Amino acid sequence: MPSLGPKPLQGFGVTFGNMFKKVTTESYPEDKKATKPRYHGRHVLNRHPDGLEKCVGCELCAWACPADAIYVEGGDNTEEARFSPGERYGAIYQINYLRCIFCGLCVEACPTRSLTMSNDYELADDNRQDLIFTKEQLMAPLLPGMEQPPHPMRLGDHEQDYYVGREPIKQTAGAAAEAHSVPPAATAPASGDDIGVDADEGAKPLGETRR
Amino acid sequence: MSGAEVDWNGTDMGIEEKLPSGFLLTNVEKLVNWTRTASLWPATFGLACCAIEMMATGAGRYDLARFGMEVFRASPRQADLMIVAGRVSQKMAPVLRQIYDQMPEPKWVLAMGVCASSGGMFNNYAILQGVDHVVPVDMYLPGCPPRPEMLMDAILKLHHKIKHEPLGPKRAKQLADNPQEIWTEMPSSIRYDKAARKEWIQAAEDNRSSQYSLERTQAVQRGDLQHGALEKVKK
Repeated sequence: MPSLGPKPLQGFGVTFGNMFKKVTTESYPEDKKATKPRYHGRHVLNRHPDGLEKCVGCELCAWACPADAIYVEGGDNTEEARFSPGERYGAIYQINYLRCIFCGLCVEACPTRSLTMSNDYELADDNRQDLIFTKEQLMAPLLPGMEQPPHPMRLGDHEQDYYVGREPIKQTAGAAAEAHSVPPAATAPASGDDIGVDADEGAKPLGETRR
Repeated sequence: MSGAEVDWNGTDMGIEEKLPSGFLLTNVEKLVNWTRTASLWPATFGLACCAIEMMATGAGRYDLARFGMEVFRASPRQADLMIVAGRVSQKMAPVLRQIYDQMPEPKWVLAMGVCASSGGMFNNYAILQGVDHVVPVDMYLPGCPPRPEMLMDAILKLHHKIKHEPLGPKRAKQLADNPQEIWTEMPSSIRYDKAARKEWIQAAEDNRSSQYSLERTQAVQRGDLQHGALEKVKK
């Protein structure tokens, strides 16, 4: 700014000039801005398109966690109470958000893409107990067409029908029989685009993405 | 009213003991809590990386001055809120306690970040496993470090708590007999929106408040919504 007068007045000139500049302040609680899509927010346990849980209770996330924030206990699916396709499901699943550092190593470790991260970050609370999130809190919301487990497998008779990409709605008797003759190569898990921390799944409607 | 029941360690100042109970007391309580909320001066207790986010929250883009909190006091004697930002080592614990003791009543503590809240990933002999081992904590804030919005969310949740604090032991007893749900854990962006708040409380009663927060966050991410009810977007 060119000199317009004595030094003290120049100082006020800066203040005055700033009054006409655009305000950069974000008005957070009233207007919530979107985060970057890959922002590491709190976790989500995803579901298959019929509502069954993707978690198989393998505890790999708990092993990968550098802060020991995750506690998992697996359980056996039975014909009466089925929570996930296949043999096992995560019976107890807890994440302690007072330990979690949101590094995403658990997401990398998850073999079924059950565990991903959302962009939700407003987590503060006034006691330690409520910040240990249980499975009920972490489960993804039910989308249309999903049903709260336990219930039988709706997308086929075999767990392969869930893990190998298939159209969930066009379910015919012929297609179900075909599912058992899938070549082994097609059953290989984790294609390239799934490796790495991926919050994109949180941005899309959860559970809609099929592997 | 007997003086023997007064809890001088609490946040009461003495004057409330001389006021008549009932209508006047609750209104004075509202007024006092409002003034306490509106000028909550933080004491700086930046210890590590969280302090950087705390400074960012105080600066122009997030601007804590909007809540009357822009003056981070270097002296604990002028502060009401201690934001413990960062990992507290065992060596630092007595210092922290001293700073806390030097703050005048009423005072609050916000444990910012996982290290201050529980030790976080530093589960070892050098780090205090949560500042609640030495001082009473009023708000725990996860994150490593928490983004400025998360700190503001925690501060606003604390504001909400302060607004509902009882004034004096008599009122505390009254509230203890008839506890009211104040939904401390409600996300601030939802609390500041009337329609969303209604939806959230409904969801919380159905035991799916975290799912609701998630759905709303996704709507914000998609750009479908900045305020208002989620129900409108769904239709």
